[in-house]
Amino acid sequence: MRYFGRRLVHAGLLLVGVSVLCFLLSDLAPGNFFDEMKLNPQVSSETIVALRAQYGLDQALPVRYIRWVKSVVRGEFGYSFAYNTSVSSLLGLRARNTLLLTALATMLAWLIAVPFGVWIASRPGSWTDRLSMGGTSLFLSVPELVIVFALLWLAIRTHALPVGGMVSTGFDRSGPWEKLWDLATHLVIPVTALVLASLPILVRHVRASMIEVLKTPFIEAARAHGISRARLLFRYALPAAANPLISLFGLSVGGLLSGSLLVEVVTGWPGLGPLLLESSMSRDLYVVVGVVMSSTVFMIFGNLLADAMLFIVDPRVRVE
Amino acid sequence: MPAMSDIASKQAFPLLRIRELTVAYCGGRPSPPALHKVTLDLWPGEVVGILGESGSGKSTLARSTLGLLPKGTHVSGSLLFQGKDLPRQDLATVDESSWRAIRGAKIAMIFQEPGICLNPVMRVGDQIAEVMRAHSKQEVKQRKQNCKAILQEVGFSNVDRIYRAYPHQLSGGQLHRIVIAQALACRPAVVIADEPTRSLDVTSQTEILKVLKETHKRLGSALIFITHNPALLAGFADRVAIMYAGRIVEEGPVLRVLRQPFHPYTRGLLQLFPNSLGQAELGHDRRLPVIPGSLTVADQFAPGCTFEPRCSERSRVCHNEFPAEEILSDRRVSCFHHGN
Amino acid sequence: MATEATARAPKTALMRTTALSKSYVQGEFSGKRFVINAVSDVDLEIAPGCLTALVGGSGSGKSTLARCLAMLEKPDAGEIWFEGRTLSFENLRELAHVRPKIQLVFQDSAGALNPRFSAAQIIEEPLEIQHREVGAKLRARACELMEEVGLSPDWADRRAREFSGGQRQRLAIARAIAIKPIFLILDESLSGLDLSTQAQILNLLLDLQQSHSLTYLLISHDLTLVGQVADYVGVMHQGRIVERGSPQKILGDPQHPHTQQLVGSVRVLESAFRTARAGSGR
Repeated sequence: MRYFGRRLVHAGLLLVGVSVLCFLLSDLAPGNFFDEMKLNPQVSSETIVALRAQYGLDQALPVRYIRWVKSVVRGEFGYSFAYNTSVSSLLGLRARNTLLLTALATMLAWLIAVPFGVWIASRPGSWTDRLSMGGTSLFLSVPELVIVFALLWLAIRTHALPVGGMVSTGFDRSGPWEKLWDLATHLVIPVTALVLASLPILVRHVRASMIEVLKTPFIEAARAHGISRARLLFRYALPAAANPLISLFGLSVGGLLSGSLLVEVVTGWPGLGPLLLESSMSRDLYVVVGVVMSSTVFMIFGNLLADAMLFIVDPRVRVE
Repeated sequence: MPAMSDIASKQAFPLLRIRELTVAYCGGRPSPPALHKVTLDLWPGEVVGILGESGSGKSTLARSTLGLLPKGTHVSGSLLFQGKDLPRQDLATVDESSWRAIRGAKIAMIFQEPGICLNPVMRVGDQIAEVMRAHSKQEVKQRKQNCKAILQEVGFSNVDRIYRAYPHQLSGGQLHRIVIAQALACRPAVVIADEPTRSLDVTSQTEILKVLKETHKRLGSALIFITHNPALLAGFADRVAIMYAGRIVEEGPVLRVLRQPFHPYTRGLLQLFPNSLGQAELGHDRRLPVIPGSLTVADQFAPGCTFEPRCSERSRVCHNEFPAEEILSDRRVSCFHHGN
Repeated sequence: MATEATARAPKTALMRTTALSKSYVQGEFSGKRFVINAVSDVDLEIAPGCLTALVGGSGSGKSTLARCLAMLEKPDAGEIWFEGRTLSFENLRELAHVRPKIQLVFQDSAGALNPRFSAAQIIEEPLEIQHREVGAKLRARACELMEEVGLSPDWADRRAREFSGGQRQRLAIARAIAIKPIFLILDESLSGLDLSTQAQILNLLLDLQQSHSLTYLLISHDLTLVGQVADYVGVMHQGRIVERGSPQKILGDPQHPHTQQLVGSVRVLESAFRTARAGSGR
């Protein structure tokens, strides 16, 4: 228990550090939100000064930081200049969209990778194994971007799927089944892209870890006792091979908010990705900080989850 | 210990009849066969010791009886297994799916290094239960009860705690008892103990031997006891077969072989033990008696006796041809000079 | 720096410990902490040129004591004298001077030798680190050592993992004597070997003892082996030396209950064998 307490303290320190860095670096970056406005001759400089004072941008960095921290404690994460709404409501909406995408993709990727990896590990050197290795190499070397474009091109060509976006126009007016169908068809391309991008690494890790375990004497001993092949693979080998995979899973969970940026931007999925991009470009400071912090929180959570799972699954870890 | 003739009269066919078993691994370079025309019988209820050092082929013999040889290994000869109420089958030709019914249930092995032969992330009780599960349909609760009964049989007192323990929480001696329990879980007809006391200190060794003897007496399975230490076989095994370089060079009732070894290799092995504990019996050059040299690959390819380069009794004929096996009443030996 | 205490230490002993103690703390996750007293209050004298043996069951503290004597572990309490001077972990320069004189040969040769290194590399490593030889002379010395331990120099480039168990132990011994130590600690170096290999390696060790004037500390659980070669035996139990004396006395007439138990076990194990052999009239 003390161990986890310590980890939580570290996590807290990390969050503080990241937020400070975020503020610092955003401030150091040239320009601010109102630079665009300054270019507009219709807006007077007094207006800009007034707006700056209103948004508190004329105050020194530490002051702004402390104010932000105080509001975070209250549960508010600042204000978006561009969207004219609180950051928390904006984040909430976008994060939900992103999570829908990434959670689905991650779940699918793992659900495919584990059984498949176990299966090809049980027959190393066979043609299925070699085909899979070739396939994973291919998808590893192809950039995610290219995969997305390829899928989009396919969608355009075949008119089978909507190209980009999350929902079609007229979404609000349709019934629940139509809504579901609409959402599902829009999900296909980005989810496929994400799965294709992450599957190769997972399959390779599962395979490597399983092959390692299948060589161990205790597997042979179990075989010598007449344990069936399927049971050997899933009940004996997989739990013993789980350690590196659990760490990987922690990383997967940690990347739920941040891993899909590229795909979201290219397919026009209204998630955190495009939001981060926009707000960085327009210096919408508090939005940037909010997005970065939420990703950090997920990352920390993912690591802690991995540690907790390791503790539960591997009895040897418990002794340390 | 029942005499061979008693057992033989009750059953016409031995439990395990190994005839001319030759096993050659397929490697990159040509290597001598791991087993060369090994012939041995195992009758129900008896204990046969296999005495051999590393490279003698004893582990290969154990593996052959369970079909654990790597794919592509050349196997010739026959390994006939006649289980109770079972048709006679040649284990050398059994396919993988039929093996599952035999392994653990009819023939079981007690592995050498329990520390690495047990699953590190599974409770030891469950690992014994898994062996049962693979061979019989039982309710989970019933199975657990049976497991605990077996744990008691191998000498554990606080069975509940041991059942729930993981391998890294148990001592060496305890782990050895667990693998014995695993092997005995389904009451097999043949148990093969591959160096069951290796690397244990002397107190644990006596404990494990005691457990083996008691369970053997209680269950009546036939036991093949593989070891490099002849002292463990006296007082336990009925017969002993001495292996050298993949061949059985001598075989016979334990006490008689110990009292009067025929083969020079056997004599050399037995000489390594001092007459009594604590008495330094070094020669006048203050050195231990040894069998000089070691087994090399070249020896194994030679046409003559494999042991010849290290033998104190060797002669010309030993160098040129391999001695055929001679059968003298209840003993067998392959040596030109066994009478000396 | 000679203190009064060292002046009093007998010059005859090569190495001496007084009230040596070492404990380990092992914590379970639940917060409970176990203190394991691996070595408690051990007084031991190693006479030069002899083979002293330490026997005991697993967990008796023999290996920990060996590691303390090899200066690999810092004892929690007690003193160690070597060649008449106190050894301390604080005085690193003195320690660096002493360390090459004390070498350790482990049990698990497969674990103790880097399996990817060739035989020559394994032997050359300590020579290089201690700057004893360079260049071509390095290899020549390695081959010399290989021959001395009974390995053919033709195998100098073979990887460690291609050697058999007995050959690996010879390699480990060659590595240990490379920098000409005067004290060799053999921590269960003969366990797990076949009996005939054991005898051969023992003979090798006895030869080397003569030619290199070595002192040995043999740690083993094999009483029969110890009875054959040791000049002096100490029996360890739960971190303490409970009995000491000549092998004949310890094995023939053990006094301490634990020693009696050990010797009793050996006798039980070997009784049937000896009875059978006794009838052979060898």
